[in-house]
Amino acid sequence: MSDSSGQGRLTVLKTYKLYVAGKFPRSESGRVYEVTDAKGRWRANAPLSSRKDARDAVVAARKAVGGWSGATAYNRGQVLYRVAEMLEGRADQFVREVADAEGLSKPKAAAVVEAAIDRWVWYAGWTDKIAQVTGGANPVAGPYFNHSAPEPTGVVAVLAPQDSSLLGLVSVVAPVVATGNTAVVVASEDRPLPALSLGEVLATSDVPGGVVNVLSGRTAEIAAPLAAHQDVNGIDLTGADAALARDLEIAAADNLKRVLRPAAGAPDWTADPGTRRMTSFLETKTVWHPTGALGVAGSSY
Amino acid sequence: MASPHSDPSSAPAAGASPFAYAPAPESRAVVDIAPSYGLFVDGEFTEAADGKVFKTIAPATEEVLSEVAQAGEEDVERAVRAARRAFEKWSALPGSARAKYLFRIARIIQERSRELAVLETLDNGKPIKETRDFDVPQAAAHFFYHAGWADKLAHAGYGPDPRPVGVAAQVIPWNFPLLMLAWKIAPALATGNTVVLKPAETTPLSALFFADVCRQAGLPKGVVNIVTGDGSTGAALVSHPDVDKVAFTGSTEVGKAIARQVAGTRKKVTLELGGKGANIVFDDAPIDQAVEGIVTGIFFNQGQVCCAGSRLLVQESVAEELIASLKRRLGTLRLGDPLDKNTDIGAINSAQQLAKIRELTGIGEAEGAERWSPECELPSSGYWFAPTLFTGVSQAHTVAQDEIFGPVLSVLTFRTPGEAVAKANNTPYGLSAGVWTEKGSRMLAVADRLRAGVVWANTFNKFDPTSPFGGYKESGYGREGGRHGLEAYLDV
Repeated sequence: MSDSSGQGRLTVLKTYKLYVAGKFPRSESGRVYEVTDAKGRWRANAPLSSRKDARDAVVAARKAVGGWSGATAYNRGQVLYRVAEMLEGRADQFVREVADAEGLSKPKAAAVVEAAIDRWVWYAGWTDKIAQVTGGANPVAGPYFNHSAPEPTGVVAVLAPQDSSLLGLVSVVAPVVATGNTAVVVASEDRPLPALSLGEVLATSDVPGGVVNVLSGRTAEIAAPLAAHQDVNGIDLTGADAALARDLEIAAADNLKRVLRPAAGAPDWTADPGTRRMTSFLETKTVWHPTGALGVAGSSY
Repeated sequence: MASPHSDPSSAPAAGASPFAYAPAPESRAVVDIAPSYGLFVDGEFTEAADGKVFKTIAPATEEVLSEVAQAGEEDVERAVRAARRAFEKWSALPGSARAKYLFRIARIIQERSRELAVLETLDNGKPIKETRDFDVPQAAAHFFYHAGWADKLAHAGYGPDPRPVGVAAQVIPWNFPLLMLAWKIAPALATGNTVVLKPAETTPLSALFFADVCRQAGLPKGVVNIVTGDGSTGAALVSHPDVDKVAFTGSTEVGKAIARQVAGTRKKVTLELGGKGANIVFDDAPIDQAVEGIVTGIFFNQGQVCCAGSRLLVQESVAEELIASLKRRLGTLRLGDPLDKNTDIGAINSAQQLAKIRELTGIGEAEGAERWSPECELPSSGYWFAPTLFTGVSQAHTVAQDEIFGPVLSVLTFRTPGEAVAKANNTPYGLSAGVWTEKGSRMLAVADRLRAGVVWANTFNKFDPTSPFGGYKESGYGREGGRHGLEAYLDV
């Protein structure tokens, strides 16, 4: 990264920061940890988030729930599409970061970045369709209008996959926010840089502050207070190993968080995602109302 | 309380009414309850391995109805093995064949509906008009509805060939014993699972009669297994390692314990837990209809309903009128013999539940809420609790926060729709809510902001097999009923 050969220009290094409430704070703990590439070379210092950072992120995410879940689905779709536009413009940067993080060749990393952008586009298009696919009228045996529709669960903690630093990350974050939830994302512990850069993309994509919050650090340290937090409504355990996932699921039972367990095998992030990640953090609300009648003939004419 | 003297301005002396009701009891003769029942495992009734039994009583009279086997770990093991053995063939049946079994079950429940209604009223204590008009017909409807799904699962939106999960462990409560059984067993069987079901300790009989319905329907052995017992039986069942799916309806406390217990496993879980439903009445609501809805909301099944409208939120400007009207209506409710067709309020299900209701209402009084009940003579034996109102209740009061699970209504007031929504949502629960207003846009706006799985607008306590039911927040997760309810029993 730095050019110490004495030839050419000395590059400007980036200070990677958290993304919380639409701002870029350092960890309140003042801690950082070294992030290396797949070959072990130093790439950057990332913030080592604390429990307090996790709690602050939950506060930000909660504040954002009303506005984001109350936005029209069309509006959310456009905002998420804007994320894809911004990603496309910064594709080169993400190719570098993904190549470093995952030890991929440049063409392979480019393919990953393209798939990640396409996934944003795919989820952007879901915002105004999921309610029709998962909701609808129920033909009850009585004179009632009865209708079920999905609503976002609320604040969801997302433990991003440890391996797939961008495509996996996008695949777990986009479904949560597409459906109107807000997210506190714990980036891949060893490969956090694409996630922290994604925060910069979100900040310039009309995504309201607090809708997505990105924390880097030790997954176990940050996830424990999130799983136990009484104002978190759901948790995606994808980035946790089996032992940690079990502990977190136990903690999550305290306020009956909706829990998405890690997949049984290694997930294939290039596969068709289906709708399960969206429906995992949706609640179904059913509303009844009497239909009344228009007189003996069933007609007002 | 049946006499009109609760309205002191116009009431003649108690008992002097020329319109007094004559007793109209439903005959018990249609039910033949055996002196003892075993566990229904692999198509046979067998005793518990250790020979333990417990008594089930009629809560209205404290009469012992029968002796029932108490299943231990060994029995649970045997039942799960039977369900596992049956799973292979059952899940491989064409959906159309599973459908026919379920249609048969629905029809047999309809044929035996009088017997089942009387049985349920005896064992549970709820009025015969409820078991006859609600519990049993709804149970039949659930089987009929789900029967039709069995050969149409490819069209349910869960992929082209959704597979069953395997063996389902199902633990149900005592408030709607047969109906909760139907909610659990019908979708499980339609989707190709086999089940081990544990009915509640105080209401095991209708599940055991259902075993006989399965026999009459020719259901293959081991597809449905019924293990009776207390909480320890349920714990052994849900923690059994060869169970693939846990479905529980009951208290939030036990629901959380189950959620912890299954952590780290691949077991699918659905939990339908407690509630503290708010019934919101705006000033433009038709008062008489709202009063009927409030009464249905909290006094249906003696208030022993997870989605009961146990908090009344009434707009300040109509509070006085509404409460007066409500009190007048409560004075006409008839409490007594559950087998009497005129009875509105039956017995509380158990001594334990009665003690809990007494304790919580005692706390309500001690905390300063104003307690009111119509004049009401309670039978001398059995478990009874008069319909009770608390007025002057604040959000901090225990009776506004804790689920009482009895015929007890807490009345709070509000001024603006925003305040009503905030108060309605101010509970860890999120199962049900009611909205009463003539203004459509206000109804929809309020319904939209209520964090509850079911919102009844200008009605209350309506259920249907096609309508998904389940909670937000600490009222649990997953849905039962409708297309949504299938997901819990499919490997998706």
